[in-house]
Amino acid sequence: MSGNLLDINNLQVRVEDKVILKDLNLTIKEGEVHVIMGPNGAGKSTLGYTIMGHPGYGVDKGNLIFEGEDITDYKTDARAKKGIFLSFQNPEELSGVTLENFTRTSKNTVTGEQARFMTFRKELYGVMEALDMDKDYANRYLNVGFSGGEKKKSEILQMLMLQPKLAILDETDSGLDVDAVRLVSKGVEAFKNDSNSLLIITHNTKILEYLSVDYVHILVEGKIVKSGDRSLIKKINENGYKDFITSDLSA
Amino acid sequence: MDNLEKNTTSKKTFVEDVDRSIYDVKDKVNASYQSHKGLTPEIVDEISREKNDPEWMREFRQNALNLYNSIQLPKWGPNLDELNMNDIVTYVRPNTAMQAKWEEVPSDIKNTFERLGIPQAERMSLAGVGAQYDSEVVYHNVREEVKSQGVIYTDMESALREHEDMVRSHFMKLVPPNDHKFAALHGAVWSGGSFVYVPPGVKVEIPLQSYFRLNAPGAGQFEHTLIIVDKGADLHFIEGCSAPKYNVANLHAGCVELYVEEGARLRYSTIENWSKNMFNLNTKRAVVEKEGKIEWVSGSFGSHISYLYPMSILKGENSKMEYTGITFAGKGQNLDTGVKVVHGAPNTSSIMNSKSISKDGGASTFRSAIRIASNAVGSKSAVSCESLMLDDNSRSDTIPVMDIRNDEVDVGHEAKIGRISDDTIFYLMSRGISEADARAMIVSGFAEPIAKELPLEYAVEMNNLIRLEMEGTIG
Repeated sequence: MSGNLLDINNLQVRVEDKVILKDLNLTIKEGEVHVIMGPNGAGKSTLGYTIMGHPGYGVDKGNLIFEGEDITDYKTDARAKKGIFLSFQNPEELSGVTLENFTRTSKNTVTGEQARFMTFRKELYGVMEALDMDKDYANRYLNVGFSGGEKKKSEILQMLMLQPKLAILDETDSGLDVDAVRLVSKGVEAFKNDSNSLLIITHNTKILEYLSVDYVHILVEGKIVKSGDRSLIKKINENGYKDFITSDLSA
Repeated sequence: MDNLEKNTTSKKTFVEDVDRSIYDVKDKVNASYQSHKGLTPEIVDEISREKNDPEWMREFRQNALNLYNSIQLPKWGPNLDELNMNDIVTYVRPNTAMQAKWEEVPSDIKNTFERLGIPQAERMSLAGVGAQYDSEVVYHNVREEVKSQGVIYTDMESALREHEDMVRSHFMKLVPPNDHKFAALHGAVWSGGSFVYVPPGVKVEIPLQSYFRLNAPGAGQFEHTLIIVDKGADLHFIEGCSAPKYNVANLHAGCVELYVEEGARLRYSTIENWSKNMFNLNTKRAVVEKEGKIEWVSGSFGSHISYLYPMSILKGENSKMEYTGITFAGKGQNLDTGVKVVHGAPNTSSIMNSKSISKDGGASTFRSAIRIASNAVGSKSAVSCESLMLDDNSRSDTIPVMDIRNDEVDVGHEAKIGRISDDTIFYLMSRGISEADARAMIVSGFAEPIAKELPLEYAVEMNNLIRLEMEGTIG
């Protein structure tokens, strides 16, 4: 484990007139797995969108440093090219462009190299098999008519093909049955190595059963109120968030 | 997430004009003869004399001219006040006779068609080609093996000489000159176009293509296309059109008449890429006999104003019609298109799929008119139209009309209007795609179901066109 991959410093984020994230600090080092947990409306997804650079999320204060470079003003595509990936809670559909063509275009753009057609296809099919996805999906329009579970697999598939340095998984386990969670977790496990990092946003803990976790952060009302190790997950499973909410508000 | 939709400031898409460099190359006008501007009995007689019409055709033209003068301009569509017939030159004869070898076509004209890729396409993927330049066909050729099947593919003037009876019994019988003002105009001053006859049972395996190029400024093009696909025969015909841009109005009032006999199939593909000073007032109609099928594939990208509504008369039992079309209306364009179908026999079916894209103040209207006669029991008709508006200045309308005279029918109409969603742009950008590419990808994807019906080189052209349209869209 070496240098800092992402530093979030004193971040304040606003959506329209409402401040969602306040004075948020977080450092993710190469190779680490961080988990963000918290009740609905705490700002978990906002954090993911802000790191990815959604234009609707305004950074009032603070900055984002990725591999030592201030990316606070970078456009979303520039961030993707630097190696940041966001797996969406509700992936968009794109009619008329197949999953295979889209993923190839995306990969070529991010790497700046033209992948050979057959080499790419072979790799894609290999990953699809590991995720127990029918090959037919490669020829279907991106996410169009996919079930919730298939959309999540499509996200993990793209993550595995793009090999980002930092992958943010936003509620990737929500709406999935037990088998699908296991497959998605397997995919995430296959992705993980010593040099890449994960930021997992979740409000349940199913996906975490299969992964090693370095840090858990509890996000309440736009602030990280508690950071700790894996043992925090167990606490939350037993008592929910109410301890953190009350302690924070009374503090 | 709820805030996302509201908060995201939607960028105005600003799109420049299409890069039309291929189409915009103007040749010096080098006509051997051209009529005076405007329209008088003398001018029409002069055209008739120039073309060596038989007497019946001379009379036909004069009758059509009378109708033209008595019929009013349409009041229900885009405004045509800017079109002044007194400024239009109706007949421009290029300085060459029709050739069957490209080497014999004058080099300026040949170069134009080379740029448009016509001779190349002929070598690679077509069974025959006709090329019209201004008012006359300058090149016509058909492969020997197709000719030996008994297929006739020639210009209308030759057809009028060599197959006079067949032309006389079909010419403007489907679209009579009294149909509307511009059908009458066409009847008076028509020139050029293609004639195709496919004998019974003959399947023409690769397409025939006619390309219409209007070079002279302020001129009109009035080509006539007459196709007869005899019993059990099969043909794919492709029509392409373009013109360079001038500051004066040009007019296209062609006429297409298609006869699909019993058990025959005709696919008629059109790619229209007129310049934006063009009034495209074209009339196309097909009559389909028992078990026959007409397939229309249509891409409309150019022109200042279009009125274009291919009509199918399903005359025989079990006859079918399929329409697949796309229009792309940009700055200064008002493209009024649609489909008409008459179900005139039992168990006939029609399927219409239309997509339209409008941007930068462009307007597109899709009209569908479906008539199902009282005897046409068991008939089916389905219309689906989708439009995509790229900014708030553009317009898109759908106007369905249905006249159904029996109860045993299955009729459906579906219309959707959409915009590019900022969330989709964000999603694509999160995968490394730039904003401009993301928009182009969404528009290409929208057009994809239509693009795959187009002849390959045109599908490629359409995608390039969309890419060019979408480049520089980001302020």
